[in-house]
Amino acid sequence: MNPLSFQFLSTVRLGMKSLMLHKLRSALTMLGIIFGVCSVIAMLAIGEGASYAAQEEIKKLGSDNIILRSLKPAEDAKLAGLGRGGTIDYGLTYQDGARIQSTIPGVRRVLPVRIIRENVLFGPNSVPCQVLGTLPFYPEIVGLDVVRGRFLTETDERNMDNVCVLTVGLAQRLFPYQDPLDHSVKVDSFYYRVVGLVREQNLPEHRTQQGVMEGEPLDNNVYVPLSVSRTRFGEVLIRRSAGGFEAEKVELHQLTVQMNDTAAVETADPQIKTLLGRFHSRNDYEIVVPLQLLRQAEQTKRIFNVVLGSIAAISLLVGGIGIMNIMLATVTERTREIGVRRALGAKRRDITLQFLVETVVLSVGGGLIGVALGVITPIVVSQLTDMKTIVTLWSVLLAFGISGAVGIVFGLYPAKAAAQLDPIEALRHE
Amino acid sequence: MPPPDSIIQFQGIEKRYDLGGEAEVRALRGVDLTVHAGAYVAIMGPSGSGKSTMLNLIGCLDRPTAGLYSLGGTDVSSMPDDELSEARGRMIGFIFQSYNLIAQLTVIENIQVPLIYQGRDIRAYQEHCAKLADMVGLSDRLHHRPNQLSGGQQQRVAIARSLVNDPLLILADEPTGNLDSRTGAEVLDMIDRLNASGKTIVLVTHDHKVAERAHRVLHMKDGLIEREVINRPAPRANGQPASSV
Repeated sequence: MNPLSFQFLSTVRLGMKSLMLHKLRSALTMLGIIFGVCSVIAMLAIGEGASYAAQEEIKKLGSDNIILRSLKPAEDAKLAGLGRGGTIDYGLTYQDGARIQSTIPGVRRVLPVRIIRENVLFGPNSVPCQVLGTLPFYPEIVGLDVVRGRFLTETDERNMDNVCVLTVGLAQRLFPYQDPLDHSVKVDSFYYRVVGLVREQNLPEHRTQQGVMEGEPLDNNVYVPLSVSRTRFGEVLIRRSAGGFEAEKVELHQLTVQMNDTAAVETADPQIKTLLGRFHSRNDYEIVVPLQLLRQAEQTKRIFNVVLGSIAAISLLVGGIGIMNIMLATVTERTREIGVRRALGAKRRDITLQFLVETVVLSVGGGLIGVALGVITPIVVSQLTDMKTIVTLWSVLLAFGISGAVGIVFGLYPAKAAAQLDPIEALRHE
Repeated sequence: MPPPDSIIQFQGIEKRYDLGGEAEVRALRGVDLTVHAGAYVAIMGPSGSGKSTMLNLIGCLDRPTAGLYSLGGTDVSSMPDDELSEARGRMIGFIFQSYNLIAQLTVIENIQVPLIYQGRDIRAYQEHCAKLADMVGLSDRLHHRPNQLSGGQQQRVAIARSLVNDPLLILADEPTGNLDSRTGAEVLDMIDRLNASGKTIVLVTHDHKVAERAHRVLHMKDGLIEREVINRPAPRANGQPASSV
């Protein structure tokens, strides 16, 4: 070890000794930093945990997907859209899907979905449900786990077989005592053989509140081949209501465009808008880009972090002021010691270093304890409240770094003040 | 390198304190003084005579307003602060009236303090420091703290500390002022022995009995050396008695 680093080490040792001389005072001084660091880490961990859940949901929608949904046009537009026999004609078409697939670069595949609200019956049981007409690769894009049996196949699609796949929740309600597989359920006036059970990866209780999954809420889905949905239900849907009935013609309720990679999403989004805009005179569809939602969620998280972080940083600042206050008192108290050291050959910078080291030892010591508490607190919070918390490395480094910086910044003034003392005056000090 | 013959060389040293406005205190008014190596000099005088100012200047704690001060052949009268600190640590050993040990350090650590500020690796000086503690009779108290020691013991630690850098000059400010006469005498005996071994001593005191031990007593008044009493001839650095001081 070279003499300089040895000298530094002995200065640190000396600083610790001086602090140990007033244990209670040092502990109380540290408390401010301990709470500050602890709250920075804990608050950021809670914020991180909260936004993590939301982001996971959005990620499940698929960051390489663009979701198009049919939208019933607003009231005035509806009148203009009246087709023959009072039918409202709106929404996405098969042609839209084909056009996107063939003209937009980077499109991997396009998943069409028809959604029809109906009741599904088995024996005396009747459960309201959504009948989703779709293609065999639906599970890969939306995230479905096949629990039993199988999902729809190409053969089903081609042969227009009357087969269906139920979600687990629906199956439990419809078949409380039986195995649903190979039984037939009735929807509208047709029977469908149950070939599989699936579970959504996005369980309803995990859904975000913004309703990004609006098209398919609740766990009550019946999946049938798209061709079957087309032929059995037809394109014109009639909804009976108190005043009469209303007919609407919707070809597709949803198109999920899967891109080759995430990078293609942002260029494809405006291209799809332009393409569809050419064929849709009215605003009868919406585009949801999960990637953008993700970006927004990240943005929100950043703001959240800044707010939480600043509150916590203020407590660190207060802790720092506490340290400075004590160090100023210490300098006054130890004026004579400073004089003696100066007489024995200490330069101004030796004195500065000595007091600075004491402050930094206080704040870094407080910082270390604070980090320990800050890592434990979120765990305790998670245990007690089932809030998700995530302690990130950067928050620990940030909090610890700030505590060190606080020590230096707030220690510098008292240390400089100590060094500026006149040795003669200091020696005479009682 | 042997120490140069004259340790302290004051030429027309003046010290003025500006009290703001027109007011000014002339604490020293052109003092000339030469102290040779191996001398034992006592400075006496009433308060306000400039005695403390002399001590501060000799000890490099302060710089003269005018005049030249050469300490061991080095002009220290206009040194910048850092160099002055360096000079103090290297060339002067201080002994104070109230001992001024550092409370949070043990005996051995207190003795080591000047070494630290010289940037020396104190591990290489453990034996040296232990020897000094032994010399002042405290080898069994190395790890005691100052508040566990009597006044006389504390002053002996201070003496050991003043010697650790092997200074040119020991500067003692009322070293017996806080001690009873018996322990005071012990401390003075120790200082006598230091002088006998060749150390140059400058001592400030009120006490004539203390001053009698010196070769040479300077009586200060109104910022000047009013008179000088030579008790006995000081030895020269080579051990021969000086013909004149």
